[in-house]
Amino acid sequence: MAADYVLTESDIARTLKRIAHEIVEGNPEADHLVLLGIPTRGAVLARRLALHIGDINGVVPPVGTLDVTLYRDDLGDGAMRVPQPTEAPEGGIDDRVVVLVDDVLFSGRTVRAAFDALIDLGRPRAVRLAVLVDRGHREFPIRADYVGKNLPSALNERVSVYVEDVDHEEGVRVER
Amino acid sequence: MKHLLGCEGMSAEEALNLLDTAAEFSALAGRKVPKLPTLRGVSVANLFFEDSTRTRLSFESAAKKLSADVITFTGQGSSLSKGESLKDTAQTIEAMGTHIIVVRHSSSGAAWRLAHSGWLHSSVINAGDGTHEHPTQALLDAFTLRGRLHGDGAIGKDLSGVSVVIVGDIAHSRVARSNVHLLTTLGATVTLVAPKTLTPSEVEQWPVRHTTSFDEALAEHPQAVMMLRVQNERMKGSHFPSPREYIAHYGLSVQRFRKLPESTLIMHPGPINRGVEIFSIAADSPQSTILEQVTNGVWVRMAALYAVHGQEGS
Amino acid sequence: MSDVLIRGAQLLGASEGDLGIRDGVFVPADDIHAGAKKTRVVDASGLVALPGLVDLHTHLRQPGMDHAETVLSGSRAAAAGGFTAVFAMANTQPVADSVGITDLVYRLGREAGYVDVRPIGAVTKGLAGEELAGIAGMANGRAAVRVFSDDGHCVSDSLVMRRALEYVSTFGGVIAQHAQDPQLTEGSQINEGALSSRLGLTGWPAVAEEAIIARDILLAEYTGARLHICHLSTRGSVQIVRDAKARGARVTAEVTPHHLLLTEDLTAGYDPLFKVNPPLRSDDDVLAVREGVADGTIDIVATDHAPHPSESKDCAFGEAAFGMLGLETALSVIQHSLVDSGLIDWSRVATILSSTPAQIGQLAGYDAPLQVGSPAHLTLVDPTASHTGEMRYTASSNNPYLGRSLPGRVMHTFYSGRATVIDGDVVEPDVVGGES
Repeated sequence: MAADYVLTESDIARTLKRIAHEIVEGNPEADHLVLLGIPTRGAVLARRLALHIGDINGVVPPVGTLDVTLYRDDLGDGAMRVPQPTEAPEGGIDDRVVVLVDDVLFSGRTVRAAFDALIDLGRPRAVRLAVLVDRGHREFPIRADYVGKNLPSALNERVSVYVEDVDHEEGVRVER
Repeated sequence: MKHLLGCEGMSAEEALNLLDTAAEFSALAGRKVPKLPTLRGVSVANLFFEDSTRTRLSFESAAKKLSADVITFTGQGSSLSKGESLKDTAQTIEAMGTHIIVVRHSSSGAAWRLAHSGWLHSSVINAGDGTHEHPTQALLDAFTLRGRLHGDGAIGKDLSGVSVVIVGDIAHSRVARSNVHLLTTLGATVTLVAPKTLTPSEVEQWPVRHTTSFDEALAEHPQAVMMLRVQNERMKGSHFPSPREYIAHYGLSVQRFRKLPESTLIMHPGPINRGVEIFSIAADSPQSTILEQVTNGVWVRMAALYAVHGQEGS
Repeated sequence: MSDVLIRGAQLLGASEGDLGIRDGVFVPADDIHAGAKKTRVVDASGLVALPGLVDLHTHLRQPGMDHAETVLSGSRAAAAGGFTAVFAMANTQPVADSVGITDLVYRLGREAGYVDVRPIGAVTKGLAGEELAGIAGMANGRAAVRVFSDDGHCVSDSLVMRRALEYVSTFGGVIAQHAQDPQLTEGSQINEGALSSRLGLTGWPAVAEEAIIARDILLAEYTGARLHICHLSTRGSVQIVRDAKARGARVTAEVTPHHLLLTEDLTAGYDPLFKVNPPLRSDDDVLAVREGVADGTIDIVATDHAPHPSESKDCAFGEAAFGMLGLETALSVIQHSLVDSGLIDWSRVATILSSTPAQIGQLAGYDAPLQVGSPAHLTLVDPTASHTGEMRYTASSNNPYLGRSLPGRVMHTFYSGRATVIDGDVVEPDVVGGES
């Protein structure tokens, strides 16, 4: 099974630590930083990133979740999708530097929806995007500020991120 | 689901999805922009053959919070009151381009007819049909109950083991019918209290307990007591000899309220008749959920609109 | 009129034989020359020969509600169903409570020419249940009315019913009661029970029918008058009539085809097509009325054919009119529910659908079915054919049988020797030759 992973558990851990360093370097004003994870797995990754950032500069930034289900542009195409909780981080997002966190960046539509959701939550000072995997095939002009791994893929492939907390396994797989 | 016509036949999963979605919508209350773009471009028509300002406003509010476009038709002064048929009115509205029709009508089965007769493509939400069902009321009642019992941890929870007593004109109450279906689906135990003249026929076949004694039902310490309005016509005439007798036996009087544990929730779909089925000491107590039921009605109706949209034409 | 020779029919469903028709009456088959130029020969092998059917309870809607049905369209529908006589109920607009209206309906029937239309007179003026209608006048008019009914409404006032029974017996007539206590059935939609409770529709309790029947039988016995009960629908009603007959009461009872076949669960989808008065009842009630026909407690089947325009049915259940169509499918439904199930044979069908209703309505010519010398009222049915409930001749479409597989097809009908149905199709008005 381990042979299937393009990113193993330790790869993920190392990558997250590296991203945390990049975030800290790029945002010296630590007290204005907040993380917003997109459920389900983006939220898990956001919490881990926050802890790593805390290890680096001594302050764990507030973490929240941002569910984008209700902002999607493809609703009504199938069964009803129950939205996940959206919890603003402690202190809100007004005048903060918000780092959006998601597991995979693909067409960019999820992030587009996240922008709309974000604006309805408040008025951030700046918005950054951190993703574990960028698999290309953008349909919107969106790029991530912090990328764990670039994984060029074919359209008919599925790039899946598995995290222990949700999937009881850890790793990134490309499936046909 | 393409239509929301009633709680009968709704699975526990569907019910919980609706309640959990409503919970997410309720988080809007604290937001800077308490509005979502989810139903942008969706046209919702409120077809209220039977008037009800409160339910109508609740649905209007729900639709607007989801950025839907709302048009409303009520009985007074429109072609509805001039005898245009249910079929013609609905088809005329749909010809103006609606996706969802919310209908309230005095005939039981009206929503079912609109949904299944082949007259319409739109999704239909039942806002109360005769004495049959009022599903969004039951959903907001369940949502309120769940919220009070489990607080922030309510998401995903059902009502297993919760005991609810419903009192009033059960025979003619669509709120009672919908609540019986939904509460039992969610695992609650329901006891119905009414005089024989206001008890539905063959209630023994319903999945509930029933008694004609309010005090007997209260002695079992239910977690929630739901009081229903009784219409004036029923209190006189042959259903009940006089309002005094009704109040004495079936009203949530000061005396009865004082005997209840402080944790007992007092519910009422509204509007309340103070001094009749419920007295101020109960209605205004911290145990009363009457006002939050109204607030929750908006979230639940948003969930209903969200659940059926996109399914029209399918 | 040409001679007719019917060959090889199963007479009253029993022995095979031939029938001859000349000048409007049955003659010995041997008297007819098959080869003669003007003789029509009908090959009736495999067909059951029944006397022309008589419907004691039909709504022809004319005058006043022509958009739903007329005497002409209703007559054609009746002929298609094998009927040669129909009794037309009085709840027209205006109500048939005087000789002017009953004679009008009678004349319309003769002009149409397909069946003998016997108008029924109202019991009370305007069907209001208060003052007696012009009963004597109607009885002595050209229509010679003998059956009186407020059907659609119940004569619920006990004193009015007593007086009506006494008065009608003066003229040798009979009152046909629509048994429905109005105070127990205010706003009622469907049978009262677990289903009405679940659907939130006001119930129509069985006792509202049974209580009136019981009272009326006692009143009839007390006054010595004849009483006919319309559209019996419950086990309780059947039992009350059975007990009354056992002690010699002069009461007759009818059941509709729909109450012999359809049950209340058809209303679970709120389709007003199945809304009728009295309502469709339970499986047990259907069983009871079938047994009632089999043992003679119920004397006849009458259709209660009730046409309604689509606006009256294409609406919410509570707003819809009560009533179902029935003329064209009556025989099929009876074959399906009573004959094919083995409860009765075709000879009994002839009794319940022809000779007995004629007797109750005092209509001459049906007491010696298919016998030489009797008027040539005849219908030939193919019991092996089947169809899916279509009705082709009525002007309305509230047909509850559409899509349901039913046995039997009326192939030929003769009314006083004149063909009204040939090879399954109703003949055109100019051919049937009604009076102008």
